[in-house]
Amino acid sequence: MESGACAEKDRVVVTVLDPRFKYEIASEPGGENIKYCFQCGTCTSGCPVSELDSKYNPRRIIRMAILGMRERVLASDFIWLCSTCYTCYERCPQDVRITEVMNALKNMAVRAGYIHPAFRAQADLIGGHGRLYEVDEFTNEKRAELGLPTLPASSPEVAEIYGMTGLASLLSGKGA
Amino acid sequence: MKYAIFLGCTVPVRNLSYELSARRVAGELGIEFADIPEFSCCGYPVKSVHHGTSLLLAARNLALAEEKGLDICTLCSACTSVLTETSRELAANEALLEKVNRSLRAIGRRYSGRVRVKHLARVFYEDVGLEAIKKAVKRPLDAFRIASHYGCHYLKPSEIYDHFDHPEVPQSLDRLVAATGAEAVDYATKKECCGGAILGVDENIALQMARAKLDDIKANEADAINLICPFCSVMYGANQRKIQAKYGTRYDLPILYYPQILGLAMGIDAEELGLSQNPIKPKALLAKIS
Repeated sequence: MESGACAEKDRVVVTVLDPRFKYEIASEPGGENIKYCFQCGTCTSGCPVSELDSKYNPRRIIRMAILGMRERVLASDFIWLCSTCYTCYERCPQDVRITEVMNALKNMAVRAGYIHPAFRAQADLIGGHGRLYEVDEFTNEKRAELGLPTLPASSPEVAEIYGMTGLASLLSGKGA
Repeated sequence: MKYAIFLGCTVPVRNLSYELSARRVAGELGIEFADIPEFSCCGYPVKSVHHGTSLLLAARNLALAEEKGLDICTLCSACTSVLTETSRELAANEALLEKVNRSLRAIGRRYSGRVRVKHLARVFYEDVGLEAIKKAVKRPLDAFRIASHYGCHYLKPSEIYDHFDHPEVPQSLDRLVAATGAEAVDYATKKECCGGAILGVDENIALQMARAKLDDIKANEADAINLICPFCSVMYGANQRKIQAKYGTRYDLPILYYPQILGLAMGIDAEELGLSQNPIKPKALLAKIS
């Protein structure tokens, strides 16, 4: 590649950008402040994940989102790499609330059919048992031995909530 | 001081020694815990998948505590964050509270917005107080050098925690450690994240995050890490051997939960504090006090 040239995959094609994308993000819980971003890069410079792997770059993700690169953002692996440490959230001079913007993007990605398998697995477990780890008989026996109260193995009310909010059908691939 | 104890998902299955020591030490300091078996996952793990579901799971847990007329005391920092955030949001936003209640009604619950949430470490720091803790110490841990890991959700976002500690210059855990007579070790990466939240997304990055901190704590010659979150404990405790094998390092660095540290200083037997069940056996450490 000649210097100054741009690889095809990195080229931003203005005609396929979706200018409504940023408004959609801003109407999601947590996404409200995305348009305040002025690209200072404070988020990325303090991000513990960016420090180890440049494929996660919150400043760049927000730039892409504001430009309207809907598919590139929602179908990406990188939005799932936010460790939710809130360092950027605390330091952002524009109160973009970046950690919550990332959550909004992930919520939108899930609805677009791009849930990350690790997050699907967690959501499935909680829907099934009411908890991330099943409290099986062995665990309850161990708890009882130590004098700790035993716990129920399931939570029908949590399953009902999953049904009510549409998460159960989203996870089963039937759409909300 | 009476709270509904919120165990969350990880503590009652994977961190029994944390739960044991929390109950034992809290009882000794006049904190009474009520158990609510109907509590479920706090809602945090589904927040990035489906915000509305996370909100309802958190609201249902708050409603269960409200039925008993109790505030919530948490052991896990992620539970603290989502429950605190939801409690504040619902107390301030009547329209949202009404919407949430329309859904809760379908499962026979109702929430009016009264429950407050505090992490156990914050209960020790604010409700019990450093002076009372110092008075309860019978066997000062003078020989211990302990590095506190604050983690993320115990402090941040600071706006939901009434700024009880500073997110950039945190002190509460160091002060709690110092109150036991131990030396609170300062180190450069103190505020860094454990990486636990992305362990399932990119194990390489997550383990490197945990490794950087273990390297730093070891270089600062601490005897142990003070932890207050079960998922941080998965990273520094359960995964410590994995990190050693992967990067050819050696730490043998015991992880202790704060109630275990405080309990030892109060003269409570190590077995009652579940120390033998910790992932890295703190033998050398215990030898220092016997």
